[in-house]
Amino acid sequence: MNTYAATAGKLDRMSQPSERLQKDFTRHLKERVIEAMLFLAAFVSVFTTTAIVYILISESWVFFQHVPLTDFLFDTQWTPLFDDAHYGIMVLLSGTITSSLVAVLVAIPLGTIIAIYLSEFAPFAVREVAKPFLELLGGIPTIIYGYFALLFLTPLLQKIYPDLPGFNLLSAGIVMGIMIIPYVASLSEDAMRAVPMALREGSYAMGATRLQTALRVVVPSAISGIASAYILGISRAVGETMILAVAGGMQPNLTFNPAEPGATITSFIVQVALGDLPHGSIGYQTIFAAGLTLMLLTLAFNLIGYYMRKKYREAY
Amino acid sequence: MNQQELQALRLMIGSHKRWDYLFGVLGIIALMIALMTFVALFADMAIHGLGRINVDFLTSFPSRRAANAGILSAWVGSVLVMLVTATAAVPLGVAAGVYLEEYAPKNWMTDIIEINVSNLAGVPSIIYGLLALGLFVYTFGLGQSILTAGLTLALLILPVVIVATREAIRSIPQIIREGAYACGATTWQVVRDHIVPYSSAGILTGVIIGMARAIGETAPIITVGALTFIAFLPTAPFTGDPPAGLFDWLFAPFTVMPIQMFNWTSRPEAAFLDNAAAAGFILVLMTLTMNGLAIWLRYRLRKNIKW
Repeated sequence: MNTYAATAGKLDRMSQPSERLQKDFTRHLKERVIEAMLFLAAFVSVFTTTAIVYILISESWVFFQHVPLTDFLFDTQWTPLFDDAHYGIMVLLSGTITSSLVAVLVAIPLGTIIAIYLSEFAPFAVREVAKPFLELLGGIPTIIYGYFALLFLTPLLQKIYPDLPGFNLLSAGIVMGIMIIPYVASLSEDAMRAVPMALREGSYAMGATRLQTALRVVVPSAISGIASAYILGISRAVGETMILAVAGGMQPNLTFNPAEPGATITSFIVQVALGDLPHGSIGYQTIFAAGLTLMLLTLAFNLIGYYMRKKYREAY
Repeated sequence: MNQQELQALRLMIGSHKRWDYLFGVLGIIALMIALMTFVALFADMAIHGLGRINVDFLTSFPSRRAANAGILSAWVGSVLVMLVTATAAVPLGVAAGVYLEEYAPKNWMTDIIEINVSNLAGVPSIIYGLLALGLFVYTFGLGQSILTAGLTLALLILPVVIVATREAIRSIPQIIREGAYACGATTWQVVRDHIVPYSSAGILTGVIIGMARAIGETAPIITVGALTFIAFLPTAPFTGDPPAGLFDWLFAPFTVMPIQMFNWTSRPEAAFLDNAAAAGFILVLMTLTMNGLAIWLRYRLRKNIKW
C-alpha cells in the first residue's frame, strides 16, 4: 500500500496521471463505496437494537409518568382496561413464570435425554433421521401449536382431570415445552459432541458402560454448554406468545397454579393489539411497559446464556 | 478370585448393563414423544381440516358463515408480505454476512455488530412487533400495511440470514481467496466472482429457513395491526398507474395465513374451528415443505462439495 502510494505520488509529480492510474483511482473509489455500503447493511443490526431500546423506553416513559414504578412492580391487580385501573405487572409475570415453568419441566428432561441418546447411544442411521425430524418440529409455526394445545391436548387432559378449564396454563405450558425440545436437544447435543473422544475412550478403558460414561464424563464436561442450552430454552418459553394467547386464556390472574387460566406478558400485548384502543391512551401505552419488562427478562437470560457459551468454548 | 466374588462381580456388571439398556429404551421413548406429538398434530389437523380444503376454500374470502369462508385474502396477503420480506432481508442479510466475514477489521465496532446480531436472534418476536408499531407505523407513518409487516418480518429473520451467510462463507477455503488476490483482484471482485457464488447454496438454505419462520409468525403481525377480516384483495403488484400507482399494493391493509387461523381458532362455533384446522394444515404443509427443502439442500451440499 505504501509503496503503491509512493509510486503514485512520484508519477503524479512527473507528468499527468496515466490512463492506468486513473483506472486504479476509480477502482479504489468503487471499492471504498462498496465497503461502506456493506458496512451499512451490517450496521442495520445495531440500528435495530437501538431502535428497540429507544421505542420501548420512550413509549414506556409516557406510561411511567402516569403510573409510579412502585405500583407497577408491587400492585397485585392488573386491570388497565377498567375504570378502576391497576397496573401490577406481577399478575402478568406470574402467568409467564407458571407457564414457562411447566414448559421447562417438560423440555429439560426430555431434551436432555434425547441429547444424551443422540450423542452417546444412537446408531448413525437413527441420528441422521432424528435430527432433521427435530428440526422440522422446531420449524412449525407457534399458532399451530396453540391450536393443538387448545383443541387436542386440553380435551385430552380434561379426560384425566375433569375440572380443568378450557383455557389453562398447563396444556399451553406442556405444548410450549414440546416446542422448545428441539432447541434444548440440539444445542445440548452439540455441546456433548464437542467433548473430545479421548475422554470417552479413557472412561471405556476403565470398564465404564455407555451410561456411566455419558453421565459421569460427557455431561460434566459439557455442562456449561448444556446449561446455556437450558437458558436459551427458558428465554424462548418466556417470549412465546401465540400458544398462550390461544390456549392460556387472556384473563389476568395472579396465580402459580397451572390448572387455571391466566394472562402472560406476551398474551396481554396481543390482547391489547387486537382491541381498538387509540395510540397514546394510557391503556395502550401499557403494552410498551409490558414489552420493556419482557425485553429485560429475555435479555438477562440471553446474556447468561452467552456468557456460559463463551466459557464453555474456552474449555477445549 | 473365589467363586463368590466372581459371582458378585458378574451381578454388578449385569446390573450396569441393564441400566445401559434401560437408558437406550428411555432415549427412544423420549424421541417418540416428540415425534408422536408431530404426528398427532399433523393427523389432528388433517382429520378436521381436510374436509374443508377444496378449490372454493382457496378462492373465497372470509365470511360470517363458516361453510362459505375461505383463505383467498390470507394466502395472497402472505405471498405479498413474503415478497417484501425477501426483497429486504436477502440483500441486507447477505451484505451484512459478507461484510462481517470478508471486510470487517478486528475492532470494537465489529464486536458490537456481532454481539447485536447474536442478541437479536434471541429477542422474542412480539418485541419486533412493538418495534414496528413504534417505528414503522407511528414514526415513519407507513400505516398498518403490507410494507410494514414485510419489513418487520425482514428484521426478524435478518439474524438467520446473516448467520447462514457467514457459515457458508467460512467453509470456503482460504486458497480460493489467495488465488484471486494473487491475480490482482480487488476484494469486491473476489466477493462477487468467488465468495458469493460458492456460498450461494448455503445462503439459500438459510433464506428458506428464515422465510419458513416468517410465514408462520403471528405475534408481530398482530401487534402491527393486521386486520382479521379482509374481504378484498390489495391491488396486484406493479399494475397501478405509473409511477405512484405501481406501489399502491405496499400500503394496502392485509391479512395473512396465521392471523386468519388465529381468528378462526378464537371463535366458539365448531364449524370455524374446522376452517382453522384447514388453514393450519395448509400452513404446516407450507412450512414443512420449505424446511424440508432446506434440510435436503444442506444434506446435498455436505455430500457433494469437496474443495
